[in-house]
Amino acid sequence: MATNVASTENGGRKALDSVVIRFAGDSGDGMQLTGTQFTQSTALMGNDLATFPDFPAEIRAPAGTTFGVSAFQINFASFDIQTPGDDPDVLVAMNPAALKVHLKDVPKGGTVILNTDAFSERNIARAGYTENPLEDGSLDNHIVIAIEINKLTNAAVADCDVTSKEATRCKNFWALGLMCWMYNRDRQPTIDWVNQRFGKLPNIAAANIAALNAGHAYAETVELPSGVEAYIVPRAKVVPGTYRAVTGTEAAAWGLVAGAKKAGLELFLGSYPITPASALLHTLTNLKPYGVTTFQAEDEIAAVCSAIGASYAGKLGLTSSSGPGIALKTEAIGLALVTELPLVIVNVQRGGPSTGLPTKTEQSDLFQAVWGRNADTPLPVVASATPGDCFETAIEAVRLAVKYMTPVIFLSDGYLANAAEPWEIPDADDVEPFPVEFRTDPEGFHPYLRDEKTLARNWAIPGTPGLMHRLGGIEKDYDSGHISYDSDNHHRMTKVRAAKIDGIANDIPAQAVATGEESGKLAVVGWGSTFGAINQAVGRCVKDGLSVSHIHIRHVWPFPANLEELLSKFDRIIVPEMNNGQMVNVLRAKFLVDAESITQITGQPFKVSTLEREIRSRVEG
Amino acid sequence: MNIETPVEALKPNDYASDQEVRWCPGCGDYAIIKGVHRTLAELQIPLEKLVFFSGIGCAARFPYYMASYGFHTIHGRAPALATGAKLANPDLDIWVVMGDGDALSIGGNHTMHAIRRNVDLNLLLFNNEIYGLTKGQYSPTSQLGTRSPSTPQGSVDAPLTALSLALGAGARFVARTFDTNQKQMPGVLKAAHAHKGASLVEIIQNCIVYNDGAFDGWTNKKVVSDNSISVEHGKPLIFGADSNKGLAKSDDGFGIQAVTIGENGVTEADILIHDETNKILAMMLADMKQPEFPVALGVLYNNPAKAFDEAVHEQLREVTEANPPGSLNDMLRKGRTWTVEEGA
Repeated sequence: MATNVASTENGGRKALDSVVIRFAGDSGDGMQLTGTQFTQSTALMGNDLATFPDFPAEIRAPAGTTFGVSAFQINFASFDIQTPGDDPDVLVAMNPAALKVHLKDVPKGGTVILNTDAFSERNIARAGYTENPLEDGSLDNHIVIAIEINKLTNAAVADCDVTSKEATRCKNFWALGLMCWMYNRDRQPTIDWVNQRFGKLPNIAAANIAALNAGHAYAETVELPSGVEAYIVPRAKVVPGTYRAVTGTEAAAWGLVAGAKKAGLELFLGSYPITPASALLHTLTNLKPYGVTTFQAEDEIAAVCSAIGASYAGKLGLTSSSGPGIALKTEAIGLALVTELPLVIVNVQRGGPSTGLPTKTEQSDLFQAVWGRNADTPLPVVASATPGDCFETAIEAVRLAVKYMTPVIFLSDGYLANAAEPWEIPDADDVEPFPVEFRTDPEGFHPYLRDEKTLARNWAIPGTPGLMHRLGGIEKDYDSGHISYDSDNHHRMTKVRAAKIDGIANDIPAQAVATGEESGKLAVVGWGSTFGAINQAVGRCVKDGLSVSHIHIRHVWPFPANLEELLSKFDRIIVPEMNNGQMVNVLRAKFLVDAESITQITGQPFKVSTLEREIRSRVEG
Repeated sequence: MNIETPVEALKPNDYASDQEVRWCPGCGDYAIIKGVHRTLAELQIPLEKLVFFSGIGCAARFPYYMASYGFHTIHGRAPALATGAKLANPDLDIWVVMGDGDALSIGGNHTMHAIRRNVDLNLLLFNNEIYGLTKGQYSPTSQLGTRSPSTPQGSVDAPLTALSLALGAGARFVARTFDTNQKQMPGVLKAAHAHKGASLVEIIQNCIVYNDGAFDGWTNKKVVSDNSISVEHGKPLIFGADSNKGLAKSDDGFGIQAVTIGENGVTEADILIHDETNKILAMMLADMKQPEFPVALGVLYNNPAKAFDEAVHEQLREVTEANPPGSLNDMLRKGRTWTVEEGA
């Protein structure tokens, strides 16, 4: 917790540069909601922020168990931040299980706010404690604020017409009120949200607001333990503009809609529910008026097939899933590839293999994206770096799909999809349109006529007079588009399909260095959601004069044309990844470089400190 | 004086592509494609509006032999692709050609859901009770005890009845005919086409190489009248070379039985009248098997409901009218935003 001296300028509040708060409780305690509301208020206060929702796969695991603990971490600051923070300064633990799971991450001297009403003998035992952690000295190194939150919440909502069960459910809002006072957050956005959410249940709305206000009033009145006071985190100095809080899911959805508009096409999403990709289906189905059709198919295969069918008929086909679902779609992706139809495949990666860790983040589907199909089936792969970056990456995926008549895989992950950050809303008019021109001229037409430059085939859609043709999975003749079993033709078609994708390397921005010099001792190469942690770690090292650079790859396949040369300018290359070493092997295979792997497969994002240690150990001394 | 040139009417042959047909000589598919060409010519469907989707198998080569748009997809998935295409462009006239392994085994899920959703597709199921293209393995419609390369001692799993499955899944239109029954086929196909929603037509097809004669017991000219019944809406369920057989209520009143008029006191008045909107009757007809019953042919069930694609587009229109879209910038700025001023 970086602190400034308390001053009267801040209304007696102590100014902090940055704070990391983690809310933790039972799955049913509403921790994600509490975190989201705190995030909204914080965004509106003008702080930079990053969040990390971390929840179990079970919807409501048995109450009080450690495996049912759901957490939401927010890092907010008066300066530019890129990660949800390594360790929490403040832990709000709504029950013993939450304390048990998360206390180990709170550094010495950190603050722990506890709901003592949840610390019954039964709950303490359920969490796996043999002794009451409030009494056994295990919290001696922390500042503890122990509050009877249930009791105080019940008292606060006594006048609202709610059952005792409903009353107790408001305890997350009580805790939120407390935190709003401590960090000087405006309660109004939350009050507005409650009124909108519970418009039809005014008693529930009133109870939640009463709890929120009561928590706030309690903090204002009560004497807090020494070391804890009221804080203020000044606004971050950010580029002027209009901002909003955005998750990767929202940014991806808007980017896909924007991409389709720029292509002059309507968007068709065929999808099947799967964690953590379902939110994209939910978001897009609410954008119907923007030319979006969503179709919840009977399975993953039907989802991708319906999208291919829609592309065939002249829309932009889109399918979304996570690793296991993408595996099921594989054969159909091959069909889209060989029939050279545009298709965007969004993979919101999660921990694997198989069912793995559905709600945890990982970036272990890189091999699957780049190489995971039968036969020679190259296709472009793009990956986004931050929640907001999902917007641009989605547009790029659409651009490549329609320009090159190819399926494109867009890699996101569970962290990006759920995490929120303030986002400077771009001007959509700044995005260059890339309108699709359907073939209408029957003169000399056959379906595999190619553009000389891009090698993309021409796109004629059903309904066009005079251009009737047959597509299919059987190899087609290069010159006529008819079925062909000719061996030389297959060789030629395989080569042209590869050349088309390889050519994309010259149609994407040259690989830039995100932080540091264009050459030096060490290049830290990353891709996907590790961007923030790597960038911050490298930034700290660069500040200390170390010869380190951060190279972040958005175009994962094909690589930008200059990447090989850029990598050759560094003595050493490390590749931190949330997998067991995939990009490192793609780079080694492609460029014969001696890249070194740093892996973390815990289902959690990298900590900046972990990466900083890894970097320093290689360039210091 | 300007003389308007009449648009040349499309002839059956105009629906055939220039590609050489590669089915085995004598294959039932030849007869089926002929029936389809004739039907399309009778309907005068413009070639550019017509799309044939198929999966994998002998039947799935069908689109290559059509002069319309066509998409030879992957095994079992044709209904899923067709659903996407129909949602994308409801003006297209979409036909899906499937085999029994294609539609009922690997693609069973998609067949079931296309039917359940009632997507406006004409689903043609070529049922030859065998896997042809992979060289003769038994299929989910093969009769119990079918000897095949994968079941040398005979298959031990019970076959399914396509139309019963379809009705169970909520089909609004099911019909059956067979490859050489060219008198009946165009009428059945036209009824399927007229039905807005998923129309399943099972076309019994003889595989001359791997399952030759499988249906001779009721499709052969000598026995077809006695061993099959062609149903027509509003007409009595009568069959037989002498038109003296029929379907009547079973003695317990819960089912149907095949009877002979003039025997055991049965009169013409006992014969049931076909009602294509009666689902229970359709289910009984669909399930009729030799030798106890004649095999039911014609339109067994035709009871339209709103088509899925129509419902989807209706909802799209409604929600768009209620929430007119703005520009992309409006979309991005909807909800809570804040502005950071210069020098802030």
